[in-house]
Amino acid sequence: MAGEKAPAEKKPAEKKPAKKKAGDKKPAEQKPSQKAAGDKKKRVKKYHASRNPVLARGIGRYSRSAMYARKALYKRKYTAPETKIEKKKKEMPRATITKPVGGDKNGGSRVVKIRKMPRYYPTEDVPRKLLSHGKKPFCEHKRRLRASITPGTVLILLTGRHRGKRVVFLKQLDTGLLLVTGPLAVNRVPLRRAHQKFVIATSTKVDLTGVKIPKHLTDSYFKKKRLRKPKHQEGEIFDTEKEKYELTEQRKADQRAVDSQILARIKKVPQLRGYLRSTFSLSNGVYPHKLVF
Amino acid sequence: VFKRFVEIGRVAFISFGPHAGKLVAIVDVIDQNRALVDGPCSGVRRQAMPFKCMQLTDFVLKFPHSARQKCVRLAWEKENINEKWSATRWAKKIEAREKKAKMTDFDRYKVMKAKKMRNRIIKHEMKKLQRMASKKGKKPVKVVKGKKPEKAPKAKKPEKAPAPKAQKAQK
Repeated sequence: MAGEKAPAEKKPAEKKPAKKKAGDKKPAEQKPSQKAAGDKKKRVKKYHASRNPVLARGIGRYSRSAMYARKALYKRKYTAPETKIEKKKKEMPRATITKPVGGDKNGGSRVVKIRKMPRYYPTEDVPRKLLSHGKKPFCEHKRRLRASITPGTVLILLTGRHRGKRVVFLKQLDTGLLLVTGPLAVNRVPLRRAHQKFVIATSTKVDLTGVKIPKHLTDSYFKKKRLRKPKHQEGEIFDTEKEKYELTEQRKADQRAVDSQILARIKKVPQLRGYLRSTFSLSNGVYPHKLVF
Repeated sequence: VFKRFVEIGRVAFISFGPHAGKLVAIVDVIDQNRALVDGPCSGVRRQAMPFKCMQLTDFVLKFPHSARQKCVRLAWEKENINEKWSATRWAKKIEAREKKAKMTDFDRYKVMKAKKMRNRIIKHEMKKLQRMASKKGKKPVKVVKGKKPEKAPKAKKPEKAPAPKAQKAQK
């Protein structure tokens, strides 16, 4: 490299452009003699002066392509060090897979592409959507709970087949629905989900300290099951869907586990059991906005 | 025809306005519509107040017109108006109304059960008396006994209502 021999001892005005224009840092493949303690200072001095004489301020003698040749950039091509992401990308995923094929004379196996070409291209390209922010999917929504609803609160269900029944609140599930139980022995309401909006929270609370609710009672446990196996027979599709709800042993066991703890606490409060057994109703002269719950 | 008059020292109950529900004594009359009023023992500052928002009570205090607050207070405490007031039916009705409005759902249930039980007892006794009366024909059996079962269940009802009140207050 030309810069090694003649350290640029020119005017400081030229040195500054020297640093800027010929500012490629020397690769570390230099002679070990130059790797002295004052390395950095020596390295800076090794830069060649500007190979592009100035005609007027801001205007150089040579064009970009001429400078490319003069600086011999064709020899100095550096790549950034390979990042971890790039390393990972090099691991090419499998493109094809061999699958066994039935039949006598079929040769046993086929090589099948894993990622196939699309079988349909739309006539018009879908325009690129603008960036939006704050549009979260349901699973990432913030779940809120009214301050009046705490574990042990007696709630009045307003909708569903158990409307009007008074029920004990256990906890809020991940989707925001409330896990609620009768208890079953008291008013035939099993462990069930209820929606916060369709519930009146009373100020009566059952003390649920130390009550352990099994961890496997989540939304997926309570979700309705749907059979999805289209058999291409129009007439029978509606029959195969499970319409009847079948009570499983696990549900019974969970119900017993939770209710045994709660019933003990209910019995301690006088008249609470009878209260939970009764249903809520409005009659003449009773206005919900005037009632204190 | 009229028994309660606006006079100096008349204790009045304020029915609406910022001081609704408090007792005041009329100290002086300003004009046809307003009175100078003071309630040292009920938290009402000495001020002018229209007669419209005042309802006269049965109590009258003795102090000269435009007496200062200290005198009004002395007269008030001497007559023990606060205690006398809470003993009147008027005040008790107000208190009962307030309690009823504050009833929670659970309280309403308990009251309903108490009422039901009481009515059952009353009905039971009535039926008994009716049977006795019809059996013995026209014998003069006085219905004095009817009052006994009434008092016992009656005591239950106001007890049950304050009992859940006390529980609620404790909580």
